[in-house]
Amino acid sequence: MGDPGLSRRGFLAASAAAGAGMTALSGCGGGADGGSSDGTTTVEWWNISTTEPTKGVWAALAEKFEARNPQVKVKIVQWENDAYKSKMTALTASGKLPDIFHTWGGGVLRQQVDAGLVEDLTDRTGDFAEGLLPVAKEPYLLDGKVYGIPFDIGMVGFWYNKALFRDAGIAAPPATWTAFLDAVRALRAAGTTPLALAGKEKWPGMYYWAYLAMRTAGASALQKAYDDRDFTGAAFVRAGRHLRELVDLRPFQKGFLGAAYSTPTGQAATVGNGRAAMELMGQWAPVVQADAGRGLGGDLGFFPFPAVDGGEGAVTEVFGGGGGHALRSGAPQAAVDFLKFFASEATDRELVGKTGVLPVVPGAESALTDPNLKAVQAQLKSATGFQLYLDQAYAPAVGQEVNDSVGALIAGSGSPQQVAASITRTAKEAQ
Amino acid sequence: MNSTFLPDERTGPATGPPPAPPAGARGRTRRRALHWLTAVGLQLPALVLFLVLVLLPMLFALYAAFFRWGGFGMPSDYTGGDNFTRLFQDPVFLGDLWRCLVLVVLSLAVQLPFALAMAVLLNQRLRGRAVYRMLFFAPYVLSEAVTGVLFAMIFAPGDGLADQLLGAVGLEGLGGEWFADPSTVMATLFLVMTWKYFGFHMMLYLAGLQSVPRELTEAALIDGADARQRFRHVTLPLLAPTLRISVFLSVIGSIQLFDLVWVTTAGGPDHRSETMAVTLFQYGFKRYQVGYASAVSVVMFGLSLVFALAYQRFVLRRDLEGATTTMRGGTR
Repeated sequence: MGDPGLSRRGFLAASAAAGAGMTALSGCGGGADGGSSDGTTTVEWWNISTTEPTKGVWAALAEKFEARNPQVKVKIVQWENDAYKSKMTALTASGKLPDIFHTWGGGVLRQQVDAGLVEDLTDRTGDFAEGLLPVAKEPYLLDGKVYGIPFDIGMVGFWYNKALFRDAGIAAPPATWTAFLDAVRALRAAGTTPLALAGKEKWPGMYYWAYLAMRTAGASALQKAYDDRDFTGAAFVRAGRHLRELVDLRPFQKGFLGAAYSTPTGQAATVGNGRAAMELMGQWAPVVQADAGRGLGGDLGFFPFPAVDGGEGAVTEVFGGGGGHALRSGAPQAAVDFLKFFASEATDRELVGKTGVLPVVPGAESALTDPNLKAVQAQLKSATGFQLYLDQAYAPAVGQEVNDSVGALIAGSGSPQQVAASITRTAKEAQ
Repeated sequence: MNSTFLPDERTGPATGPPPAPPAGARGRTRRRALHWLTAVGLQLPALVLFLVLVLLPMLFALYAAFFRWGGFGMPSDYTGGDNFTRLFQDPVFLGDLWRCLVLVVLSLAVQLPFALAMAVLLNQRLRGRAVYRMLFFAPYVLSEAVTGVLFAMIFAPGDGLADQLLGAVGLEGLGGEWFADPSTVMATLFLVMTWKYFGFHMMLYLAGLQSVPRELTEAALIDGADARQRFRHVTLPLLAPTLRISVFLSVIGSIQLFDLVWVTTAGGPDHRSETMAVTLFQYGFKRYQVGYASAVSVVMFGLSLVFALAYQRFVLRRDLEGATTTMRGGTR
């Protein structure tokens, strides 16, 4: 260091690199070790329940668990959906996950499992996982092994404002894509914004393309296309064209390209405040609508994604997923105990009754009173096909590319062919 | 640093070769060795930290940029320069470079002159100028994330403060979709950046202006120079070192812009406000394509480095004369 000139250049170089490093650094942290000298075990529980009433109910459940297990402390760490995904990506790269963490199953969970970071729960949870709803357990089964325990299962469909539909003279929820486009036209003619969409976050837009692809190509086609690394089939391009038909009607709210999902000016609030007639969203939609906006109460209705004329898929095939918890490999027994507690009938009844999730324990079904959720539950139980959310089912790069290219299509800068081609290209690269 | 550890050098003759070592040369060598040891010992902790936390990750990123690597284990799938080839064919990344250039040009052409004008204004005797100075500087103190959240609300289409205010004064026509419209997103972003950063540059200029000796402007006044001439020929040249530093900070800041964009638009709509750092984040932390993201970071680093060195060599040289930027200091 005899030459300050050199060190100054070094400093400039370093400050230039700091920008790149900063993003990496800000992603670190978390994942405390349980166990301490006084015999208590601290279990860290990462979840995405940042909105009420779920947030409060979950905190109360954690306290209840602590009261029953005085040797255990549950430390709740909560992240907003998108922030959680980013944070977990950073943590996965760092090689250590929280004791108990939220998972959607599918490709992301597989990646974490492949990295050796997730506990195999097959034997440790066999006693209580047996009785859970099979379709709910599906996303966390990888190569026949259990890596997660569900607390929610659901599906995506249209949540609509009955009053606005009535005002626009729409008698019944549309059952075909053609009827759906007619309904959109009718709503527009009545001066109503037909659909709310969170364009900034991209995943809500992906739902449209995914459902259309399921309806044109059939429920199993999306998984098959991923396995074959080929999305260029005519049915996928057709799905893009149908989406283009919708976009061309300009059905979304003002400024939708910049809108988030759960903020006070976001997609859920727009519907919850009666300023748009519909949104395509999962079973949690009513809760978020009421949290971010006023909520629609009795005016809220649900209908499944319409069938596409001449398509392979049936209206009974559902696109969805749930929520579950996985454990980091080597997590303490207390974490397994917590999963058992959380999957008990008593807990599930409370979750179903208070937080709007669908039951995963058959005995808790009677706690379901909301007619819309009952409709969702009925759809799920009679489902003839199931596809997990694409950004969870696929490897992250492919899932993001689906979101991204569909986002471009919705923004008007991408074509249906480009969507199919770019997803295929990314799927081949990610192999 | 030199002067601290080598005080004996100072006392020697300023010109000509050092005198031949006198009888006490051995003691002097030992003393010098001790000085060096102290210097190294004191700097070691900082050097180790710098090495482990800055230099090694940088070198590793450079290494990873030549692999297809998902971020787990060690990179093993060597792909040569593929990541860079892809990068420079990727319309999003080429767009990043273009947007970076746009932001740099706008900053230099609009933001800094505006800051200078405000500084000149607030350097005059003015009632409440301390309040103005504080108000204009305050946004700089806010974190970029807070600024982002704030302006995302202000520019919410229709419901936001901006549209409501424009509506209240009958200028609805000027309102729009701000961040949500691909054609206005960059302008809106630049507006927010200016709001946040002009105060900082203004403060720099104010400090510079206050070091301009009053006698010089007075002398120019007596010589019959008007206000414009006094500014152009007296104030501005004396402010030049400050301006050069301010330009430097502004350009480096534009190259590395991330937080504000991430919070307000996440790079959207349709990548129209994406910056290199956002692309890096998308690939590194959302897609797990860490090799590709490393390539982005290498390009970002290269741009910053080339700019920093070139700027220092050609623009800042005058300011640093007398300071030690050459190897001369090391030869002794």
